[in-house]
Amino acid sequence: MLTILFDGVAYGMLLFVLACGLSVTLGLMNFVNLAHGAFAMAGGYAAAILINRYGVPFLATLPVAFAFAAFIGVALERSLYRRLYGASHLDQVLFTIGLVFMAMPIANYFLGDQPQPVRVPAFLSGRFEIAGIGVGVYRLFVIAVCGAIAGGLQAFLIGTRFGAQLRAAVDDRRVASGLGVNVDRLFAVTFAIGSGLAGLGGALAADMVGGVDPSFPVKFMVSFLIVVAIGGSNGIVGSLLGALLLGILDVAGKYYVPSIGAFIIYAVMIATLIVRPQGLFSRGGR
Amino acid sequence: MSAIAAPDRVAAHLNRGGRWRPFEIAFWLAIVALIFALPSRALLINEILLAGLFALSLDLVLGYAGIVSLGQAAFFGTGAYAAGIIATLGVAEPLIGLVLASVIAGLLGLITAPLLLRGSDLTRLMVTLGVALLLGELANRNEWITGGADGLSLAAKPVLGLFPIDFTGQRNASLYSLAVLFALFVAARRLVQSPFGLSVRALKENPLRANALGVSAARRLIAIYGIAAAYAGASGALVAQTTGLVSLDVFDFHRSADVMLMLIIGGPGYLYGGLIGAAFFIALKDGVASATPEYWEFWIGLPLVVLVLVGRERIGGFIARWARRAALLAMRGAA
Repeated sequence: MLTILFDGVAYGMLLFVLACGLSVTLGLMNFVNLAHGAFAMAGGYAAAILINRYGVPFLATLPVAFAFAAFIGVALERSLYRRLYGASHLDQVLFTIGLVFMAMPIANYFLGDQPQPVRVPAFLSGRFEIAGIGVGVYRLFVIAVCGAIAGGLQAFLIGTRFGAQLRAAVDDRRVASGLGVNVDRLFAVTFAIGSGLAGLGGALAADMVGGVDPSFPVKFMVSFLIVVAIGGSNGIVGSLLGALLLGILDVAGKYYVPSIGAFIIYAVMIATLIVRPQGLFSRGGR
Repeated sequence: MSAIAAPDRVAAHLNRGGRWRPFEIAFWLAIVALIFALPSRALLINEILLAGLFALSLDLVLGYAGIVSLGQAAFFGTGAYAAGIIATLGVAEPLIGLVLASVIAGLLGLITAPLLLRGSDLTRLMVTLGVALLLGELANRNEWITGGADGLSLAAKPVLGLFPIDFTGQRNASLYSLAVLFALFVAARRLVQSPFGLSVRALKENPLRANALGVSAARRLIAIYGIAAAYAGASGALVAQTTGLVSLDVFDFHRSADVMLMLIIGGPGYLYGGLIGAAFFIALKDGVASATPEYWEFWIGLPLVVLVLVGRERIGGFIARWARRAALLAMRGAA
């Protein structure tokens, strides 16, 4: 029972790191980015290639995964995404679906359609028991890393000038830019961080989901959207709670009632959207 | 212009739009001609016709009512499974299966439509997507009735007991599809030219103003969504009957995304958009897939990104004008 809770928390933490960039994109620019999973895939592939081809240690690949995905993110943001900030949601959906459709064959072309494993070093694998709870070492590691990231992000948002500007821009973009906040630059930086975190999440997730493969962006797109839907599109805490709820529900649901599988999380998502369209943990109507 | 004359003017406007133009007649005759001229491509033509019907259903939702839906596959899949299950239950006549399947899909549309009345584009997008995923998962888990991952195979009996539509009668199958598509198209055409259709468009253009004029949003949106769901169900049922197979991918995200692309390529908001887009999309996919079977998605994604960046209206309008001119020329050539 507690083991399942533990696994659920680990999965939820991972989803948080993967999806928090998306919640900022939606909250800040009101931009529907269905291609967010492609950045996660990029990070996962960066880690997999470094480990499998060049024998780089796992821990050293994590920053590279972050940097690689962040670089792609900022390059796409500056060149393509920014042109569509004012566009309709339909255009944004079409554009990002197009990007996903391009990202998958590109990955397939260069790296093949077989899942690429991201091997975890020996000191991070295995599991032990505390008070009857089976604890996977790697899952503990994921929780620690993701927890640190969540804490760091929260401190960053609350404690720094950049964070204050970001929060102001999410709340009311026009007033913020009227007060001299450079929302354009703010968003480029945020987009880079969000994509980077997705990349890092992709590298971390690879071991738990059986490797990175070209269908990664579509497979996880739904989970990201659910996290954002449940968590609401502003605030670290909301996204974190949403991700944890989703992670626990998903793992527990698959364990206790495998006959209905992913049914639970979809049902929860729809129910949430009907009861509170702004998300379960967001601050009131916007 | 007195206010009293307004209903007459509206009626005149609607009647003018309701007249059949020469290029429309040419368009439908051309399809019949194609079916007889290219018997070897009957399968492809059938696929295009059914994708066109599916795109037509999304057009009613997206192009006319302005609901951004990423889950139209929910109703497509429901129709396909309903037709499949009805056939395995021993109802031999495909027409009965077709009607029942689209009624079931339509009812599902009516039931789920109220979920779309609240929230923003994004909420609607996720709710529609969620409904499709939910149904896919249901179909996956209820193997006793859907066959699970193995799918469901059905042997459709001849239509009206006369025309076989299985692999021995591919031309019949496309004629069957065409007949259904045409009937539903005429109904949709009548619908969007009616005062009801006009009020739905008014809601899309300016909800606030439409409400102020006394047009109530909720019931109209539910109605059009239900009708569109029945259309999607019919296309799903026809796919099931003419291919003889229903598998879990009918609920896939890919289905919903593809049909949206078709509609966007052809241009939403006028009924031929979906049909032209479907022809373009399937032909492109067929051509590219035979050249690079593994990477065809790239060649769908790239034009899409370019299309959005350049501006949909510009390119969509160009294709529509081009298609209209081609139809006109074809008609003159025939005459």
